This record gives sequence, structure tokens and C-alpha cells, in this order.
Amino acid sequence: MQTDIDQLLRHILTDVLGLKAGQADGFTIETGLFGHLPELDSMAVAGLLTEMEDRLDIMIDDDEIDGELLETYGSLLAFAEAKRAAA
Amino acid sequence: MIPVTWPCPLPDGGMAGEYALAFDQARARRLLIVPALFDEANRMRRLTVEVMRRLDGAGIDSVLPDLPGCNESLQPLAAQTPQGWRRAMAAAAQHFRATHVLGIRGGALLTPPGLPGWHYAPAKGASILRQLIRARILAAREAGRDESQDTLLAAGSMEGLELSGFRLGPEFLRAFQTLTPQPGASEVGQDMIGGGGLWLRAEPDEDRRQADALAAVLAIGMRA
Repeated sequence: MQTDIDQLLRHILTDVLGLKAGQADGFTIETGLFGHLPELDSMAVAGLLTEMEDRLDIMIDDDEIDGELLETYGSLLAFAEAKRAAA
Repeated sequence: MIPVTWPCPLPDGGMAGEYALAFDQARARRLLIVPALFDEANRMRRLTVEVMRRLDGAGIDSVLPDLPGCNESLQPLAAQTPQGWRRAMAAAAQHFRATHVLGIRGGALLTPPGLPGWHYAPAKGASILRQLIRARILAAREAGRDESQDTLLAAGSMEGLELSGFRLGPEFLRAFQTLTPQPGASEVGQDMIGGGGLWLRAEPDEDRRQADALAAVLAIGMRA
């Protein structure tokens, strides 16, 4: 069962990574992101986070961004859900 | 499509040649396109030119000028200001006798206000800057250096700042933070174009359907 935030996050990753429709549905919480996808450089990550802020209506402090946060799809989703709950 | 040059005003009152890509057959309907800015300019370039090709087929002239300090410009980027870029785009509009204008993303901050036109997915100066600074912070962190938005901006407002390879001067940074899209244009949202915005892509890409959709919005609007 995907939550709304889960769906939005898959949408954003589809846009950033240029995935085909439905391809992001195959992401699991273990799917590797930063460090696993060479195209996800610092500029792309900055775009991803800004897009998350816009579409999820959250603010992300730069201090909150570290390698762990972007390690897997699961860690990014958990972060987005916690942010949204606190918003 | 040919590269042409146009006279662009310098801050000291002189003129310098800048390049533009132009589809110009002296037709009645003439669109000035103010490009997306910085790294987004690269990712949006192909879509922009594909839209121009479609407009040409629809009987509409279009011109895509370089901003001073960008692309093939001989001017130093670090000496540019947002006001100077606005003056440059107003001069380009006049030189090419534009009847309409399209601003793409950050280009919406610079469109000459007197012309009817569109803003495609307009972005505020502050959010463009925030994202560029964030990319720099992330890259610095990987290299073991700790930087923050506030300290970088404070330092940048005094001595300028290099962001994603773009050297921006202090005056530019101070003015750009508060810049909002020029009033009067119709907003074209991504929902009207379909698919995901190409400026978001980690790697530059193209999308024929998006080019078709944007060209259709413009061609229909310019026929009215």
C-alpha cells in the first residue's frame, strides 16, 4: 500500500531520473539512490530536494542532508514522511 | 535557423555584440525567447530550440538571444547584474521587433514587461539561488568541507560566489535574491505541457511531445 507521500516521491524521482511511467513503482525501501546512480550528482540531488520541498510543502534544512538520507529509497521516504508529519 | 548578432547595451553606455539563434523571415508574428538560467539553460536548450523549429513551421519567427556573460558572450559573467540582463532583453526585443515574449523558468524574471507573452514554469530568483547554493554545499560536504546557505550568501554579497561553475558578482547576488517573475505574462504550467519538467532531469534530455505542446500553446496564443 503506497501512501500519498510515497506516490509523490516516486513521481519526483521519475522526473529527476527520466524514468518511464511505472518504472519507479519497482522501487523498494532497499533500492539504492545516491552513490548507486551515477547521474544523481550534487546538482541533481539539490533539484530533487527543492522539488520535494515544493510538492510536499516542507522545508529541508541543509544540515539535515547527509549521505544516509539519500542512501536508499526507504531512507528518503522515511525522511519525507517525518517532515510532512511535522509540517 | 542561423546564429546572428545583435547590439546589447553595456553598463557604461556603450554597446557590445551578443549572439542569438534566429528563425527570421521578417514575418509578422515574432517571438523573443528569454532562456532558462545557469545549469537549467543547458537542460532546457534542446526543448527551447525544438519549440522554435515548430513555430517556424507554423509561420512564426523566433529569436533566442544569449544573455551577456553566458554561452558565446564575450562579456564577463561576474560583471553582470539582473537589471543589466533585463535591459539586454528589452534591447533584443526592440532589435528583433518582437511582438511576443516567452520566458522559460528563470527567464521569466527578465522578460520585457511591455510585450504580451508567456512564462513557462517560472521560477523565483531566491529558489534558483537556493538550489545552486545547495548543490555547492552538497559537493563541499562530500569533499569534507562544511558550508551553509547563510555564510555563503553573506560572503557572496561582499565578494561574489562561484556556483556550479558560474562566477556571480556581489551585486548580482544581492539583486537576484529578491527577483520575482515580471508581471503581465500568462503562466504555462507543466500540467499544460505534460510529462515531467526537463529542467529537473539529472541529465539533459528531450521530449517531442512537450515541444509539440509548448509550441501549440504559443502558436494558438499568437494567432489570437
